[in-house]
Amino acid sequence: MKKRKIVFSQAINEGIYQTMKADKKIICYGLGVTDPKRVFNTTEKLVEEFGKNRVFDVPTSENALTGIAVGLANLGSKVILCHQRVDFSFLSMDQIINSLSKWYYMFGGQRNLSITIRMIIGRGWGQGPTHSQSYQSFFAKIPGLKVVMPSNPYNAKGLLISSIEDPDPVIFLEHRWLHGLIDNVPIKKYSSELGKCNVVTKGKDLTIICMSNSTHEIIGMKKFFQDNKIYPEIIDLLSISPIDMKTINNSVKKTGKLLILDTCHKSFSTGKEIISNISENKLKYFKSNPVLMGMPNVPTPTGYSLTKKYYPSKKDIAKEIMKILKRKKIIWKNINELKKHDKPNEFIGPF
Amino acid sequence: MKNILNIYKKYLLIRLTDERIANKYSEWNMRCPTHLSVGQEIVSACIQESFKKSDIAVSSHRAHAHYLGKGGNLNKMIAEIYGKETGCCKGKGGSMHLMDTSCNFLGSTAIVGNSIPIGVGHSLHFKINKKKNVSLIFFGDAGVETGVFYESLNFAILKNLPSIFICENNFYSVYTPLKERQITKINIAKRVSGLGIKSLRVDTHNWQKVLKTLKYSRDYVIKNKKPIFLEFLTYRKYEHVGHVLDDHLKYRSKIEINYWKKRDPLKNIYEYLIKNKISKSKLEKINVEINKKITSAFIFAEKSKFPKPQDFKLHVFKKNL
Repeated sequence: MKKRKIVFSQAINEGIYQTMKADKKIICYGLGVTDPKRVFNTTEKLVEEFGKNRVFDVPTSENALTGIAVGLANLGSKVILCHQRVDFSFLSMDQIINSLSKWYYMFGGQRNLSITIRMIIGRGWGQGPTHSQSYQSFFAKIPGLKVVMPSNPYNAKGLLISSIEDPDPVIFLEHRWLHGLIDNVPIKKYSSELGKCNVVTKGKDLTIICMSNSTHEIIGMKKFFQDNKIYPEIIDLLSISPIDMKTINNSVKKTGKLLILDTCHKSFSTGKEIISNISENKLKYFKSNPVLMGMPNVPTPTGYSLTKKYYPSKKDIAKEIMKILKRKKIIWKNINELKKHDKPNEFIGPF
Repeated sequence: MKNILNIYKKYLLIRLTDERIANKYSEWNMRCPTHLSVGQEIVSACIQESFKKSDIAVSSHRAHAHYLGKGGNLNKMIAEIYGKETGCCKGKGGSMHLMDTSCNFLGSTAIVGNSIPIGVGHSLHFKINKKKNVSLIFFGDAGVETGVFYESLNFAILKNLPSIFICENNFYSVYTPLKERQITKINIAKRVSGLGIKSLRVDTHNWQKVLKTLKYSRDYVIKNKKPIFLEFLTYRKYEHVGHVLDDHLKYRSKIEINYWKKRDPLKNIYEYLIKNKISKSKLEKINVEINKKITSAFIFAEKSKFPKPQDFKLHVFKKNL
């Protein structure tokens, strides 16, 4: 496939554009999809190409708009609903939990709902308690929802196309810090299989499970791993529900050691679910205690100093890895922390 | 006269079905919360005479009347309440979650206000696909108290959607009277009209006005490409949920109960038909036929098989990963 480098937000845009071009039944709406900023450039050129009937801005009525998506899909439309923050979708919990997730089930399989809800996870720059929540495990808890978290431009496009084309509801979580990430992406429309994780690098020393932005953090420690002669098996979850336990089990069976880097609060998290699954069924795989890293069970603070210790730093992650591997000698020189902990590289918004 | 006779038949079907459910509920074979529509049937009885089959309806927890009114299959509804595999939702939904795609009754849900935006979604689909249909959205007076009601109305008004919002105001949310929940000095229809939508208020005692209003609402919506809001004043006979009368709880005054009892629209239609030279024997015959149909629906339900216990796993996803 012919490729070229584009950023994550363009990959999202291209995924929507190409599926909408291929299928007239697809409708895309949400706050800001036709405004000058186009949901961080992810909805560019859509209204111009597909018209106001299929692409439109909306009132700030998240619950009704989710119900409207249910109604549209109930009659055979396919819907892409966009939220600029995960946190805004909480206004639509009645429709997500009581309608969307169980519509196919409670009416005995009469009508399926092909709806993709895009939600963007914020982080840093003082976005604080209500603009940076990453509740993937919350959605994964609800039977009837598929939950997807891409980590780079390539899988973002493929997974989004698969989500839109899937006959069931999909919660599609994009991390805002990934929107500027650049990578090779095929020009053509392609899909990536839902429900499968990606083994980023094969290794024997320990299994590191990451997701969304945390995958990027682990990949960023490549030189540290080389310096210290550590060969981790890095697994990028991609699908939070269902979790690809088969691939995970195989890896932990091989390494016997597990570190999970969740983007959510540790309590009741995806990481806990994975550890619980292995403990229930394959406890003997663990040669040492599994380690879960993530946010503490505390709301996200706003102020610059208060967020410094909130998210695990690369150094924190490295320390945990060395503890698991029982290594005392550590070469620290290539642990490159962000200059300012509250923004990725030179990222200066918009948030 | 034929259409009035049809309304009478439909009315009787809805009334006698729910009365039969009430009668048989204490056998404890209908094992789900059941909200009877007795007393509130007239709007539903007029649906088929006022709307097209291709028009789509949604409703809330008290949906038997709307399901049957729209033309839903009686056998499948009773079997659903019995939790049988022949039920309209294969036993997954029960009384509060009904759907019959063959007549375009496309869902009743059990959270107050929940199906209102879904109905608006149906009307948006009609607009996008240039279909000359309307979306019927049934809810009660408590539906008006939910946030999503206002969100949905605003959207339907803003986008000029073919939505018909139908509020059947029975004055109580469970035991809580309207005046504890809303201002009553300005009635619901009047308040709603302030959002920028044509709103009408009809006392269902006047069944002819109900029919006229429903027919008018369809014409209005199609012709003007605008939604409409209808408030119908009505009254339920039975307890909020269940099969018995709960008048001994005294949350409704005797005077009020008797006032509505006397104004039962079914009596009025019956008298109208007699006045218009439909013989008592013909009406009696209709009564017998409908009772037979209901009896056979209950036999169908009782004789139907339960879904296999392991079938609880089915229908989570259309495409399992």
